[in-house]
Amino acid sequence: MSRIKKKFDELASKDKKALITYIVAGDPDLETTIKIMNVMVEEGADIIEVGIPFSDPMAEGVSIQKGHERALQNKTTLQDSLDLISSFRASNQATPVVFMGYMNPFESMGAKEFCKSASEKGVDGMLIVDMPPEESSEFSREAKENSLDVIRLIAPTTNLSRVKEICNLSSGYIYYISVKGITGANDLDSEDVKEKVKLLTKETNLPIAIGFGIKDAESALSLKDIADGIVVGSVFVELIGKGGDVVKNIASKTSELSTAIKS
Amino acid sequence: MSEDTFPDSKGRFGVYGGRYVAETLVPALDELDKQYKIIKTDKNFLNNFRKDLSDYVGRPSPLYFAKRWTEVLGGAKVYLKREDLNHTGAHKINNTVGQILLAKHMGKKRIIAETGAGQHGVASATVAARHGLECVVYMGEEDINRQSLNVFRMKLLGAKVVGVSSGTRTLKDAMNEAMRDWVTNVDDTYYIIGSVAGPHPYPLIVRDFNAVVGEEVIEQSKKEIGKSPDVLVACVGGGSNALGLFYPFIQSKDVRLIGVEAGGLGLSTGKHAAPLNDGKEGVLHGMRTYLMQDESGQIMETHSLSAGLDYPGVGPEHAWLKDTGRAEYVVANDDEALESFKELTKTEGIMPALESAHALAYVKKLAPTMEPDQTIVVNVSGRGDKDIDTVASIEGIRL
Repeated sequence: MSRIKKKFDELASKDKKALITYIVAGDPDLETTIKIMNVMVEEGADIIEVGIPFSDPMAEGVSIQKGHERALQNKTTLQDSLDLISSFRASNQATPVVFMGYMNPFESMGAKEFCKSASEKGVDGMLIVDMPPEESSEFSREAKENSLDVIRLIAPTTNLSRVKEICNLSSGYIYYISVKGITGANDLDSEDVKEKVKLLTKETNLPIAIGFGIKDAESALSLKDIADGIVVGSVFVELIGKGGDVVKNIASKTSELSTAIKS
Repeated sequence: MSEDTFPDSKGRFGVYGGRYVAETLVPALDELDKQYKIIKTDKNFLNNFRKDLSDYVGRPSPLYFAKRWTEVLGGAKVYLKREDLNHTGAHKINNTVGQILLAKHMGKKRIIAETGAGQHGVASATVAARHGLECVVYMGEEDINRQSLNVFRMKLLGAKVVGVSSGTRTLKDAMNEAMRDWVTNVDDTYYIIGSVAGPHPYPLIVRDFNAVVGEEVIEQSKKEIGKSPDVLVACVGGGSNALGLFYPFIQSKDVRLIGVEAGGLGLSTGKHAAPLNDGKEGVLHGMRTYLMQDESGQIMETHSLSAGLDYPGVGPEHAWLKDTGRAEYVVANDDEALESFKELTKTEGIMPALESAHALAYVKKLAPTMEPDQTIVVNVSGRGDKDIDTVASIEGIRL
């Protein structure tokens, strides 16, 4: 059984929701990234999405764009990100890790090589933002062969027939984009999200995670009853941008969100 | 399958093109594709488009025999396709008059665009003003500095110009930002992409609206030259002026098609914007194409004297025309473009855009190798007024 499925099953049996946290690999540097991952787990993160730095992160708001830029200043590559997971797995075998990024760095490495290496290093799933189902056949095939989950996005604009198609091609969990917009957007409408996610649950047995516009404990709380997981990203990346004791600040923010979601 | 049936239904030209975007935009692109298919054969739309091209843009643009420059070069006869004479001063207006009609047909209230040199921004602001629609133009801060004249023109036209300070602060970053706007305001906003780039169906739409350039050249060369030209030459950034000229000739196999990329400081220096000559396949801005990228797949900073060619990718149809061998792609460096800019100005009294000067620089090399009974048609895609500041500052002159 995949780590992702195991984690969701375990949470479901306790009637709990998953806190999914996002940070960019190499932001502000790889050594800190691994410390951040460890404290996130200690403070209640259930799954970690690791952003793969890209020069042109088109779906990201300013906070996460800056995270990508910081990581690229250190020349963090996809290979570095894979090696990072090896190190993380030396002390953590339980927490699922999902790589979230943009097509070109993955393409550059090659679908086959990436999927094989990701699986060996202990990555559990991938979410390539600019890879809709129509453009995903090669990565889907290689992912399947290497037992990697392919997490796909469903947006507020996605119509029902596409929803069905995307659900059929997904594994791990479904990532529902809660706003029309970019990451860290301000206009979360939780009533609308509730309605859309309700429809979505009829189409899939996979867990549903909600992300993009969730900024604080309050917004996380407003959505936790309808989803299986809540994704929080911009808040953490912003904390890294602010500097200071980044690891400590992220620990306390994770704890705050975890308490809200697990209450 | 013959070339002109491309792209296929998924927007692919061979392996290139496609639609690599976040899910939020897929339904919007599907809708755009559907609506474009409806209007492209609609008589009413076509009449309006043609009337706008003639009465508003001032088409057809002349095919002008550059007699003095031909004599200087000593070889093939050189004809200039005068897109510089269009309203707003470049070929970019052809596409925007078409897309604004499409935007109105789709009931959109707000126009967004990206721009490099500012010509597409001006062309978008112009048609938005004419149709009374709100217009926001994204422009890299680097480009805002080197194209201040066009920035002010856009503002006079009522557009809001938003500076983009992320990444390399040029055209590619402006396009990222326009995409972010579109994904946020997808319900009421129409994104006018300015080149034959981006996700399907944009490369197709922009090509079709610019194809009037080549269509006119077919007619004009019959009349002026008495036969098809031997060679067509155009500069290639994203590639819209080149494809507009080339596309109607793709089946005419005896006509050579030559695209000229920006060689910047020289291919060997790495400081250029020539992905077809020195890039590799990848995915950016919704399309699969040739890209300037490093070994780990990061998009590289490009360099060109001309803001309009300063882009790390290229339209997917060009990538495909290169691979099939139907078109050839060469480079002209900054200094060669500058020299041709000056030479055409002095010998013909026509000041070309620095972008177009790259095409002219290659003609300067090519014409002397050809016979006097042969002809070259080169696309003067825009006029050079916008570049006077750039040229002056290279000469150390402050205007």
